[in-house]
Amino acid sequence: MLIVMAVLVGGLYAAAVYLLLRRNVVKLVLGLVLLGHAANLLIFTAGGLVRGNPPLAAVGAAAPPPGVADPVPQALVLTAIVISFAVVAFAAVLVRRVVEVLGTDDADRLRTTT
Amino acid sequence: MTDLLVVLPVMVPLASAALGAAAWRAPRAPRVVGVAGAAAGLAASLALAHRVVTVGPAATQAGGWPVPFGITLVADELSAVMVVVAALMGVAVAVYGLAEVDDARQRAGFFPLVHVLLAGVQGAFLTGDLFNLYVCFEVMLMASFVLLALGGERPQLEGALTYVTLNLLASALFLAGVGLVYGAAHTLNLADLSLRLPEVAAQSPALVAGIAGLFLAAFGIKAGVFPLYAWLPASYHTPPVAVAALFAGLLTKVGVYALIRVVPLLFGGVDGIYELLLWTAVATMLAGVVGAVAQFHLRRVLGFHIVSQIGYMVMGLGLLSSPHPAVRRMALAAAVFYIAHHIVVKTNLYLIGGVVRRLGGGEELKALGGLAVVAPWLAILFGVSAGSLAGIPPLSGFWAKLAIVRAGLEAAEWWAVAAALVAGLLTLVSMVKIWNEAFWKPAPGQVAATGPIPRAMAAPIVLLAGVTVAIGLLPQPLLALAERAAERVLDPAAYRAASGLLAGGGG
Repeated sequence: MLIVMAVLVGGLYAAAVYLLLRRNVVKLVLGLVLLGHAANLLIFTAGGLVRGNPPLAAVGAAAPPPGVADPVPQALVLTAIVISFAVVAFAAVLVRRVVEVLGTDDADRLRTTT
Repeated sequence: MTDLLVVLPVMVPLASAALGAAAWRAPRAPRVVGVAGAAAGLAASLALAHRVVTVGPAATQAGGWPVPFGITLVADELSAVMVVVAALMGVAVAVYGLAEVDDARQRAGFFPLVHVLLAGVQGAFLTGDLFNLYVCFEVMLMASFVLLALGGERPQLEGALTYVTLNLLASALFLAGVGLVYGAAHTLNLADLSLRLPEVAAQSPALVAGIAGLFLAAFGIKAGVFPLYAWLPASYHTPPVAVAALFAGLLTKVGVYALIRVVPLLFGGVDGIYELLLWTAVATMLAGVVGAVAQFHLRRVLGFHIVSQIGYMVMGLGLLSSPHPAVRRMALAAAVFYIAHHIVVKTNLYLIGGVVRRLGGGEELKALGGLAVVAPWLAILFGVSAGSLAGIPPLSGFWAKLAIVRAGLEAAEWWAVAAALVAGLLTLVSMVKIWNEAFWKPAPGQVAATGPIPRAMAAPIVLLAGVTVAIGLLPQPLLALAERAAERVLDPAAYRAASGLLAGGGG
C-alpha cells in the first residue's frame, strides 16, 4: 500500500510540475491543484497508513490501544484541503479575469511586468 | 491576563476585519474601523512587547490543551520586536490608504483586507507550531492575493498571476515539508520538535537534510532570496502604493522571520546549511542591487532593493556558520536589528514614492523632476529614508549595516563582507539616481498643477522618518533587545522554556 501511495504522490508531483511549466494559464491553475493534492497525500502517507483501526479509547482507558490510525495528519489534510479550495477558487477567478482583460491564455504574451 | 496579551495582536486585526466587512455598505465606517483597528492593534502589540521586555516571554495554549498537544502561541523577544514593527506599519498604511487608495478599492474592501493580512502576519510571528505557521502564511497570502489584484488593471493582473503562482508553489513545498516533519517526528510543536528532530537526524541525517531543503526553498521563495526572487520585482509596482508599501514592509520579512525561527531551532545540525545561506545571501545582495541599477521606474528600483536588503538579513543568519557563540549571537542580533530597521525604512520609501507619483504624475524617473522645488519637505524626508537604506550615519541603516559587517569581520567571512559593502555602495548609487532624477534635475516638461498633498499621506511618512531617525540616534535599546532575541533563538532550551514545554504547560 505504501508503495502505491509513493508512486501516486510522485506521479502527481510530476504531473503538477509539467502543467506548471506549460504556457497556458488554465493549465497553470490545474498544475497548482495537483500540487496541492500531491502535498495532501504526502502528509496522509507520511502520517502512517493504518486500516480499520480507529483511534478510539475503551471506556475508562487513558489511551487507545497501540497500532491505531493517527488522527492528526488527517486533521491537517482536512485543513489544507479547505485552504487549497479557497486558494484555487481565487486562482480560477484570477485566470478568468486575466484571459478576459488580456485576451490571451498564453503566459508568454504577458508583457507589462517583465 | 498573559493569555489575552499574547492573543490580542492577532485578534484585534481579525475583529477589525470582521467589523469593517460587516459595515462595508456604510460610507465612512470601514475607514474609521480601519484606522481605529490598526491603532488598537498597535496598542495591543506594545502592551505585549512591554510585558515581554519587562517580565519575560509569554505563551498561551489555545483551548487549554497542554504543550505539545495544544496550539501554542509564544511571544519571545524576537516575536515582540516583529509584532510591534508590523503593527506600526499597519497604522501607517491604514492612514495613508485613507487618501491614496481610490473609492472603488475602498468600497471593495481595502481596509478589511489589510487587517486580514495583518492578522496573518502577526499570527506567523506569534505561533509556536509549524502547521499554524502554514495556516498563518495562507491567511496572509490570501489577503495579499486579493489586495494585489483589487482594481483589476492590466499590469495588476499580470503581476498577480506571477505572484500567486510562485507563492502557491512555495506553500505547497512548505506543506510537504510539514507533512514529512510530522511523519518523521510525530509532532509539529516547534519547542517539541527541537527535542525530537535531532533524534531523527541522528538516525537518518539525509531525511532531515531533505526536509530542511524543502523549508529553505519554501521560505526562500517567500523571502525573495536569490534565485527565487523573480516574482517580487514583477509584481510589487502594480498595486496602489499603500498596498505595495505594506507588502514591501512585511511579506518578505515574514519569510526571513520564518528562516530565523526555524533554521537554528530545527535544522542547525544539518551540514553546511549556514554556508549555503551565507552564499545565497551574498548572491541575493548583489543580484538585487545590480537589478536596481538597470531600472528607471521608481517602484521597480525599490522592488529590486527589497531583494538586495533581504540578502543582508539572510547574511546575518548565514554567519551562524561561525563556531564562536559570541559571533553567532552578534550576527543574529544584527539580522534582527536589520529586519526592524528595514521594515520601517522600506515602507516609508514606498509611501514617499506614492507622493512622488501624485506630484509628478508618474513613476518613470526620466519623466519626473523638480520635486525638490515643488515639495522641499518631501525631498528631506526622502533623503532621510534613502540615506538610512544606504547606511549613512547616523541613521538606523548605518547601525544595521555596521552590525552585520562587524559580525562578518568577526566571523572572518571576507567575501561576504566585501559583497555587503559593494551592495551598500550600489544602494547609494540607486538612491542618488532617484534623488537626481525625481528631485534635483529641472522638470522635463510642464509640472502638472497639483493640489496640496493630503495630510493623511504626509503624516505616516513623517512618523516613519521620525522612527528611523530615533533608532539612528538611540540604537542601544533596540540593539540590546535584538541581542536578547538572538540569545533565545540560538538556545533551543530557552525557547522551550518560553513555550512552557518544560513547565508542563498551561498558560
